[in-house]
Amino acid sequence: MILALMRRTGIFVVSVAAASVAVFLFMAVLPGDPAQVALGINATPELVARTRAEFGTDRPLATQYFDWIGGVLTGDFGRSYVTRDLIGPQLADRLGVTLWLVGAAMVIALLIAVPLGSFAAVRHRKLSGTVISGVSQLGVAVPAFLAGILLVQVFAVQWRLLPSGGWTPPDQDFGEFLRGLILPALALGLVQGAVLTRYVRSAVLDTLREDYLRTARAKGLRPGQALVRHGLRNAAVPVVTVLGLQLTTLLIGAVVVERVFVLPGLGSMLLDSVAARDLLTVQGIVLVLVIAALLVNFLVDLLYTAIDPRLRRS
Amino acid sequence: MTVLAVRGLSVSVGDTELVKDVSLEIGAGERVGLIGESGSGKSLTASAVMGLLPEELDVSGSVELDGRQLLGMPERELSRLRGRAMSMVFQEPMTALNPSMQVGKQVAEVMRLHRTNQDPRAAAVDLLDRVRLPDPRRAAKAYPHQLSGGQRQRVMLAMALANNPSLLICDEPTTALDVTVQAQILDLILANTQGSALLFITHDLAVVATVCERVLVMYDGQIVESGLVLDVFTAPQHRYTQQLLASSDLESTDENGRLKTVSHD
Repeated sequence: MILALMRRTGIFVVSVAAASVAVFLFMAVLPGDPAQVALGINATPELVARTRAEFGTDRPLATQYFDWIGGVLTGDFGRSYVTRDLIGPQLADRLGVTLWLVGAAMVIALLIAVPLGSFAAVRHRKLSGTVISGVSQLGVAVPAFLAGILLVQVFAVQWRLLPSGGWTPPDQDFGEFLRGLILPALALGLVQGAVLTRYVRSAVLDTLREDYLRTARAKGLRPGQALVRHGLRNAAVPVVTVLGLQLTTLLIGAVVVERVFVLPGLGSMLLDSVAARDLLTVQGIVLVLVIAALLVNFLVDLLYTAIDPRLRRS
Repeated sequence: MTVLAVRGLSVSVGDTELVKDVSLEIGAGERVGLIGESGSGKSLTASAVMGLLPEELDVSGSVELDGRQLLGMPERELSRLRGRAMSMVFQEPMTALNPSMQVGKQVAEVMRLHRTNQDPRAAAVDLLDRVRLPDPRRAAKAYPHQLSGGQRQRVMLAMALANNPSLLICDEPTTALDVTVQAQILDLILANTQGSALLFITHDLAVVATVCERVLVMYDGQIVESGLVLDVFTAPQHRYTQQLLASSDLESTDENGRLKTVSHD
């Protein structure tokens, strides 16, 4: 058990290290000299050389990498080529916004998918089950930005219930923070919820056919009780797999939704830095996103072992 | 005293009758075998008694347990009888237990659910001891995958016996086990069902001879022969029973020198 945990942690650390090299090299081979970009085409060669020295981009790649990654380990992501501000603090701020958004979206998706998917599975022969399947199929086809625009149109423009965009930090005004979070989280979560509903339905359907569910019924549990006490936990394993993949998709979805709702998250920071050719900032953001994805995978692995005792043997 | 009375039981899907007009009675302390080949309707009959048939099957006739009509009884009431007044041991011990729950909890659950015991946890350990699981305290904390097939079937048996049911249905409980383990499980069933009515489903004639006093022979959804085990096995009346007995006789062969089998025509 402990051995398995250590092995998984080792794999995670190695993956992160490999990912950091990949991200760095990818940025390094992109055409365009950061110093030249920062100064514009009219800069003299001497000025470009001086700026290159200032950025440190005149040094060998290996030196640049270790300098960068050494800083990252202490939370220092370097200074932006464009604004000359420290990247780290801004990254942390923006990451907080995106985590709230993705976390809330995930909760919404789960709150939709687990009850609806289970219900659709239990009633798969009945009309109500078929209707849920159909609606979720429809939901899968709606892109998050479209859902966002529709939500804004209805709740912000027509009914004026919620703000159409903007961000209030939770420590400043928690009520406003929640009001601002609802629509973007719904835009992101509804679609993922529709996708997840289909997976929950098929996982629960599989579980309903298991012998141990018949045993549970033979013990005197009513169908619903049998499913909740004996079925859901076993149905959770395939659902967690999809959940992990979805979390990664949500990070990408957040880029678009943050743009629609004018949220100062990682996604909008990424788009802004790409537009400004601020390569070092882009590099930092991409690294954080990749680590987040790897972390999700790592946690999913741990969750498997927590759910299914058969996987606990090391 | 009659515990289980089945009269004119039929199970059908669409226009096809899978179980036709089955009637049987089992008294307290009586052990009745139900034999027949795969697909003859034995398991469907058992599921119909338990009220656990798939929804798409239609049932008609009468099933009375301790004088109460079970067919048409609301699910809520029926579920109070399952696991308490009647219980069942299934064929596949490998898949019949919940893989993500400790077996002690699974045994305790049936007592907790019916509120039949003050301390279900301790009672579960006692039950595991009663079905001769070695080190029952530790076994209670094990997950199904940590136990062998025979041990899992003991757990199933402990679960079925937990509330001293008046009817125990065993659906081929030893078919998936090897021969030495089979004998031990049969002994346990015999030792622990003295006062209960036992319906024992199998296609193994030797098992029926060991466990049961009376036997019912099922063929193509119908009961084609019934009587005391001794009578049926020594003087079989129905052609299927005769062939079944002949095929289980490992001494005799047909004109081609092969073991005798049951023919279908």
